[in-house]
Amino acid sequence: MIEQPLLDVRGLSTDYTAKRGGKTVRVQAVKDVSFTLAKREVLGIVGESGCGKTSVGRSIIRLAKPHRGEVIFSGKDIFTTGGDALKQLRLKIRMVFQDPFASLNPRRSIGDSIAETGDIHGLFASKAERHRQVQQALSNVGLDGSFAARYPHELSGGQRQRVGIARAILPAPDVVIADEAVSALDVSVQAQVLNLLADLRESMGLSMIFISHDLGVVGQISDRVAVMYMGRIVETAPTASIIEQPIHPYTRTLMAARPKPDPRIRIKAGIEIGEPPSQFERPAGCPYAKRCPLVTTICTTDDPALRTIAPGRLVACHNV
Amino acid sequence: MLRVSDLSISIGSPDNYIDIVSSVSFEIGRGEILGLVGESGCGKSMTSLAVMGLLAKGGPWVRTGRAELSGFDVIHAEPYERVEAGHGGIAMIFQEPMSSLNPVMTIGEQIEEAINVHQRVTGSRQNLTARDYLEMVRIADAAMQINAYPHQLSGGMRQRVMIAIALACQPQVLIADEPTTALDVTVQAQILSLLRELCDTLGLSILFITHDLGVVAQLVDRVAVMYAGRVVETAAVDRVFDAAAHPYTAALMSCLPDPAHRVRRLVTIPGQAAKPGQITKGCAFAPRCAYAVDICREDPLPYAMLADNHRALCLFPRGVVR
Ligand SMILES: Nc1ncnc2c1ncn2[C@@H]1O[C@H](COP(=O)(O)OP(=O)(O)OP(=O)(O)O)[C@@H](O)[C@H]1O
Ligand SMILES: Nc1ncnc2c1ncn2[C@@H]1O[C@H](COP(=O)(O)OP(=O)(O)OP(=O)(O)O)[C@@H](O)[C@H]1O
Ligand SMILES: [Mg+2]
Ligand SMILES: [Mg+2]
Repeated sequence: MIEQPLLDVRGLSTDYTAKRGGKTVRVQAVKDVSFTLAKREVLGIVGESGCGKTSVGRSIIRLAKPHRGEVIFSGKDIFTTGGDALKQLRLKIRMVFQDPFASLNPRRSIGDSIAETGDIHGLFASKAERHRQVQQALSNVGLDGSFAARYPHELSGGQRQRVGIARAILPAPDVVIADEAVSALDVSVQAQVLNLLADLRESMGLSMIFISHDLGVVGQISDRVAVMYMGRIVETAPTASIIEQPIHPYTRTLMAARPKPDPRIRIKAGIEIGEPPSQFERPAGCPYAKRCPLVTTICTTDDPALRTIAPGRLVACHNV
Repeated sequence: MLRVSDLSISIGSPDNYIDIVSSVSFEIGRGEILGLVGESGCGKSMTSLAVMGLLAKGGPWVRTGRAELSGFDVIHAEPYERVEAGHGGIAMIFQEPMSSLNPVMTIGEQIEEAINVHQRVTGSRQNLTARDYLEMVRIADAAMQINAYPHQLSGGMRQRVMIAIALACQPQVLIADEPTTALDVTVQAQILSLLRELCDTLGLSILFITHDLGVVAQLVDRVAVMYAGRVVETAAVDRVFDAAAHPYTAALMSCLPDPAHRVRRLVTIPGQAAKPGQITKGCAFAPRCAYAVDICREDPLPYAMLADNHRALCLFPRGVVR
């Protein structure tokens, strides 16, 4: 018997059209992305800035409109869900947004922001219960209870980020999509939040899509990692394999560029790693070909499909 | 270049205040990068906003101290006075791009605005355009993206736009508040390399706030460690990693996860940071410090001067033979 995944993303593609100086241009932010997420599983997503990670998250919670693909959650298609079922869905899949300041209402107190979803959905049995849950949510992320009465501008960047996390997990969701959710935290507070998320996963079976540029954090929290490049997944593998033996040439570059906490390895002036890829004109063939050390002629004509090269390991490359 | 001395920032009224930053001092030399690290909420952003003269009315205010740029007090002067004295030269990259970019102006217009201000202030013409600055920070399709609005970009692209705006001011001093948190490691490496180059060739001085100890190790020359509103340790970067003297610094370093080993529970510093105003006597770290003894809870606390320009706000600095 094969266990059904909790979340099944199939062939997701999301485009944006935008005006750039009179001309209408199209950005293929997400292109044919498929992955599954099991209950209790944490999938890390890493990739170049602008490669479409946030757009994947926004498409799943229907903040961006994909033009192709399906997302099946607990056996139901998210995109055809409406009415009450959609409201329920908003409790079950929660996103922690990349920019915490922009996602908090400046005129609402921190306590009210954390309780907002609970208020809307009538989750609190009483005022005392609401108070208790808000205090608990704050203390979970290492914030003193007195923060409930403050306003967003009275917090530090990392404190606001933790409010974003507290807010997402309060209704006990099934899936959290964490978009750079711990990027503004020092290593100690970050560890505290990661431990909290690990506990929630144990105790209530929380699953996560964990988007992050911090490969150390991704390595600690994820079971599997998906690497994106220009809107596509180019490699997925169990976490340990991807860190120890990255296969796709882009993944290898990424793993090698990780800054090590050793003051004897210093950054030099004048690092060059090739032109950034155009967001508007996708080249024929593999989008990484222009920068790839393994490039051959087929790479400039055929876009490689993801193929399984070992159990649980998929790579989109002609030459590995 | 930039010298901050005895800077205290408070909330409340002048006769009933609580310090959120107390008596912070540091210096950044020409061409030098000073890393500022410390627990979330310890006062790093407040310190930089104060130095920029950007604390909003009605909020936290500067109670004591000065910040001098080439001898000119940048905190207490009105912006036009600074400009007239020829000291416009300090720019900032803010921690949260979306809250400091203008949502209704294209990013090209915002960079041009910075270029124009710089030209007006210095009277010299820049030959770099908005597009050049975007290319400098590795934004693809720069010629087209100058027409984009901030919300049409990814988080890391917005962060790079902020860096471009700050560089377009051609500052002498750059305050960078977590400028690369939204960048992948390869783009980050290029941006850090660019900053290093500006320091080496133009003598730019940078205050670099970050939580990423890998970035600290790679990039900065000296480090200032803050805890609960105070600078608790300053030292050259290699000493911070190899011979941390303050127990907070040492504890922070011990939280760094080992990438080769996945652990069930990550190491944290036990206890919670003191609330501003909660601890007025002795060392603010004492309640969480594994080495604290009774006299640590009494005031006042002196800086221990250690070797090589290394100082720590601690009665019993680590690694020092007593
Ligand atoms: N308007 C305000 N009223 C009261 N307290 C404030 C106000 N603004 C900031 N604070 C407090 O001042 C302290 C310092 O804030 P600051 O933004 O400087 O922290 P930080 O070191 O930059 O932290 P982070 O790493 O999380 O960004 C925080 O504890 C914050 O809660
Ligand atoms: N509302 C929008 N309109 C037009 N283009 C957009 C919009 N939102 C995102 N894009 C574009 O889609 C692409 C993917 O953006 P996305 O935010 O998903 O990237 P990301 O992987 O999250 O990057 P980062 O790591 O920098 O946050 C980028 O090229 C971006 O400019
Ligand atoms: Mg993003
Ligand atoms: Mg800050």
